[in-house]
Amino acid sequence: MGMQFVSLSLPPLLIGIFAAVACALPGNFLLLRRQALIGDAISHVVLPGIVGAFLVTGVIATWPMMLGAGAAALIAVVLIEAVRRLGRIEPGAAMGVVFTAMFAGGVLLLEQSDTSDVHLDVQHALYGNLESLIWLDGLGWHSLLDWQALTGLPPELPRMAATCLGVGLFTAVFWRPLKISTFDEGFARTQGLPTGLIGLALVIVAAVAAVAAFDAVGSIIVIAMFICPPAAARLMTDRLERQVGWSVGFAVLSAVLGYVLAGYGPLWLGFDHAVSAAGMIATVSGIILAVAAFFGPCRARAGAPAEG
Amino acid sequence: MPLELAAKHGRTTAPADLGRSPLAIRGLTVSYGEKPAVFSVDATFAPGAMTAIVGPNGAGKSTLLKAALGVVRPLSGRVTCWGRPLARQRGRIAYVPQRASVDWDFPTRVLDVVLMGLYRELGLLRRVGPEQRARAVACLARVGMEGFAERQIGQLSGGQQQRVFLARALAQEADLYLLDEPLAGVDAATEKAIIAVLQALRAEGRTVVAVHHDLATVPDYFDRVFLINTTPVAEGPVAEAFTQANLQAAYGGRLATAQMGAVV
Repeated sequence: MGMQFVSLSLPPLLIGIFAAVACALPGNFLLLRRQALIGDAISHVVLPGIVGAFLVTGVIATWPMMLGAGAAALIAVVLIEAVRRLGRIEPGAAMGVVFTAMFAGGVLLLEQSDTSDVHLDVQHALYGNLESLIWLDGLGWHSLLDWQALTGLPPELPRMAATCLGVGLFTAVFWRPLKISTFDEGFARTQGLPTGLIGLALVIVAAVAAVAAFDAVGSIIVIAMFICPPAAARLMTDRLERQVGWSVGFAVLSAVLGYVLAGYGPLWLGFDHAVSAAGMIATVSGIILAVAAFFGPCRARAGAPAEG
Repeated sequence: MPLELAAKHGRTTAPADLGRSPLAIRGLTVSYGEKPAVFSVDATFAPGAMTAIVGPNGAGKSTLLKAALGVVRPLSGRVTCWGRPLARQRGRIAYVPQRASVDWDFPTRVLDVVLMGLYRELGLLRRVGPEQRARAVACLARVGMEGFAERQIGQLSGGQQQRVFLARALAQEADLYLLDEPLAGVDAATEKAIIAVLQALRAEGRTVVAVHHDLATVPDYFDRVFLINTTPVAEGPVAEAFTQANLQAAYGGRLATAQMGAVV
């Protein structure tokens, strides 16, 4: 059991947890800024980036594609801000315009270029390949202390762990600027804070998390984790500090429960095939949100403050 | 082009007390679209006074404050605080925005909002200690809200929200307080409490500038008035500047003479 778990289940579980937390952390602020859909936007706009990277390098390799995806995400973020500010359009509409246009551009690029014989797998992009991220050198718990064995870890694991750590550090260090520029932008500016830059940094961090997670676990988890754990957490508490704590907890719970249910759930029900872990993780996060929506203690919203 | 017009209109008044004024504005023009919201405004606010910014709706009162503080970007103009650029003096200035400008569903408690007034002093990472907490509670007590420290801000009435905003400004221990309609839509008790706090600030030698909408209370609450209708109309002690002629000039036909008779 120990050996099987360490080689087959531990890496995908950890990757799922890191991906979920890396997306849920910035998701808290995006949700409060009414920009929660940016995760969805980013997962669309990376298509032209990936195709572009392939056209430039001519190979299917992880790093060029991630760089291409990252570049596309950054271009999209800047374009969204530009459309929003220059066009004086609400953020949701600006995102809709940019991500649809860039996704369409990616499709055209894919069609016009000579990539038809290359396998750019849509299913892979959507669901990821969490179950395939196994550790053949992991022969048991003792392998965790064996440097030789550790080098055989799937590269997605250290990459996702580093991303998660980076996102966590960003959130911790810039906690106060993020909090006051989200709550009261005018006040933040009178404190000398560059609120435009803070907003941009937040979406860039979200884009980095999304692209890294996208590569490891597919876009379904990315979209779900930006929204579901923070939204459920908001219903559990009226304090930002605790909301972020709850969201991390929900993200981890979704990843673990989703992975286990996908692997063993069907067996328990008498079916003989496991289902997609990514799909199940996203589903679990949705169920958590639904439960919080019905039973969370802080569901009441003040709306407009009462006069008097 | 408002920019060229502003340059043409740019006044060259240079009072001797420019360096002492906590807030001196020169040639300020702000535009959200084609039409300027604030046009070629010169204003020198007197130190240690309580000044009301008064004018009709859409006269640019809030915009004037926001542009003076860099919350909105002006097309042209220069702002100095105590004779130095605004960026150097931010720690001495507190701003109370309009209540409607923030999201009151935001997950935060009353005490957290007041503590935001200390963020500049604390920097990015220094922890909130018992001393800061005590200061925040003391500021809440000054506005009569110490019993609400643990409440979520969305559960407060409008007047209570306004008092929390004022407490946050008090926590900044500033020398200049700029308030955007602090008395709009608040109950009588809150109005009294807020005015008492502002008068106490003035008694301590601090400067208060507030956008104010209720003409009837201007003479009771303030010692100076700044009348504006996109461009400045008049400025001075209430007794001299708050006259029927100046109000007529600021409000035009929008203020009935009978109403004005009751005011002045």
